[in-house]
This record gives sequence, structure tokens and C-alpha cells, in this order.
Amino acid sequence: MDAEAISEGQTKRYWFVQGMRGIWSIPAIMLMLSFVGFAAFTAEGGIPVEQVMFMTGVVWALPAKVILVGSMLSGANLATTFIAVTLSSVRMMPMVAALVPEIRNSKTPTWLMLLLSHFVAITAWVFAMERAHRVPRTGRLAFFAGFGITLTSANILLVGIAYFMVTQFPPLVGACLFFLTPIYFLTSIWVSARHQVIYWSLGIGLVLGVVFHEVAPEFDILFAGLVGGTLAWAGERHWRLKRAAGVVR
Amino acid sequence: MIEALWPYIFIAVAGWLATDIWRWLGVLAGNRIDENSEMMHWVRAVATALVAAVIAKLIVYPTGELATSPLWLRIGAVAAGAAAFFLFRRNQLVGIIVAIGTLAAGLFALGA
Repeated sequence: MDAEAISEGQTKRYWFVQGMRGIWSIPAIMLMLSFVGFAAFTAEGGIPVEQVMFMTGVVWALPAKVILVGSMLSGANLATTFIAVTLSSVRMMPMVAALVPEIRNSKTPTWLMLLLSHFVAITAWVFAMERAHRVPRTGRLAFFAGFGITLTSANILLVGIAYFMVTQFPPLVGACLFFLTPIYFLTSIWVSARHQVIYWSLGIGLVLGVVFHEVAPEFDILFAGLVGGTLAWAGERHWRLKRAAGVVR
Repeated sequence: MIEALWPYIFIAVAGWLATDIWRWLGVLAGNRIDENSEMMHWVRAVATALVAAVIAKLIVYPTGELATSPLWLRIGAVAAGAAAFFLFRRNQLVGIIVAIGTLAAGLFALGA
């Protein structure tokens, strides 16, 4: 399709609808199956369905919600939960910062970007970074909004329905759905990585997540992130500078 | 009243606010952030390691139905999925299907 040629007469609505159609893409379907797994996780934990739907809409990012629910189930207080969730969401800042120049144009108001940034999570980010550059610049924000808003709304409804069905699933299906979330995240991070340091921190973070769970279970994710990330950064930097020096020589 | 609303306030503060402040900061940083600065490399590394720790916990210390499966089967399924992922030129769908398929086959063989 020659997007450039037909774009002139197309409205923002056209690109919004094109974004909506992304709901049938592989990443969106994988995410929805992961949300069925999340619904099972919350149903087993006994979190009321209204709260599950509410958090799906307002938090949106699945890793943050898994941490939020984990904290709620362990009876953690507000401050502890806030710290754990916010630390897991720091990555949103560089993700959004990288996406903003891709999808905004010179006329986009900042308040609209602030509003639409809510729909950024791993799946929407990967989807937009991969496809937005093929959309004419004037339609990119509508394209992202169409995808993000549809995906979020669909998953709010999905968890509301799945919540009551998951307890009737055979154990084998339940186990596979639970397993889908980590596998989906693992592969998503790998395929969307644009920097060497991502592979380093992914590997070290996986190992340290287990190590810190054994030695300091209440702060495992926080410690694994800070220590693992710093180690990965330092190691990759050392390797990067050494390689640069080697090239010069 | 407060009793009924408390879970929602909890979710709004510890969930909504805790995630959206980073998205808002991301928008404000926008073009100004130097994508290649050393600080950004570190932020990216810590962010990824945090998610990696979440992933590791979901695999090694699972909840629900998955908790009854043996650890070696889960690790084996991840390894099989990773092998397929790289064999098929980092095809995400192939990696996921092989990992889940290995787990399902293993659970079936064990009589789950």
C-alpha cells in the first residue's frame, strides 16, 4: 500500500480505525491471552472483579498490575506497594520519551500527549514503534490512540468476563495461561530491544530476581532491578568502551 | 463508606499514580532526553532488570495452577521456547508456541 499517495484525502478517523484494527495483531492477541491468565491470578487470589477491571483501566501495564496484586495479597501497606509498583514502572519514562517524537507532530498539544501516554505499555509501545513510521505523520497520533484505547477497553471487558470463566478451566489450560505471561514478556523484551544493554540486564535481572527472592523476599524485585541493572550497565559499558578502543587501534 | 472505597483509593495511588507519573515524565522529557546518554543507558538497564525479575519470579515461584508443576518442566519449557525462538530468526510466535506446547505436553504426560 502506498500510504503517502492516499494519505492526503484521509481523515484522522481513518487512521484511528486502522489503529483499532491492530486488536487482531499477534501482539494484541498474546496480550489478551495473558490478561485471561491475569484474571485467573486475581480470581484465585480473591480480588473482587470490579477492582480487577478498575486496575486494568487505570494501571494498564501488566507487570505493574502483577506487582500491585502481589502486594495487595501479601497485605503490604500503601507506601511499600507504591514503591514496588513505581520502581517497576520507571521504564515507562524512557519508553514514552522514545515514542513521543515518533507519533507527535508540531501541532500536537502537550495535554493530549499526557492523556494518550496512559495507553503506553509493552504491547502498545512495541506495536507503535514498529508500525507508526509507516503512517503519515498527521495520522500517527490517531493511529496510536485507536490502537491504545481499543486494546485497553477490550482488556477491561475481557478480564470482567474471563474472571468468572477461569475457575471452570481444566487445570492444564489454567497452567498454560499463567505461563504465557512471563514467556510473552520475555520474547517481547528481546524482539523490541534496540540496545545491547537490554540483553545484559534481561539476563542478569532474571538470575538476580531468583537470588534476591531467596535472601530478601520483600524487596526482591527492587534489589534485582537496581543491582542487576547497574551491573548490566557497568558490564556493557566496559565492553562497549573496550570495543571502541579496539576499533581505534 | 471509606471501607468500601479504600481498595479503589489504594489502587489509584499505589497503581495508577505510581505508573502514570513515569508516563507523564516521559512525555515532558520528550525530545529533550538524549537517547544515547550514559544516564539513559543506566535507566534502561535498571528498568529492564526490574521486569526481568518479575518474569523470573513468575516462572520460578508461580501461583495458581502452575504452582503444582515441577520446576524442571517450567525451566525446560523456557529453554525449548528459547531454542525455537532463535532457530526461527527470533520469531516471537514460534517461541511462545513451543514454550507453552512443551509445558502442556509435559503436564499431560505427568497426568495433570
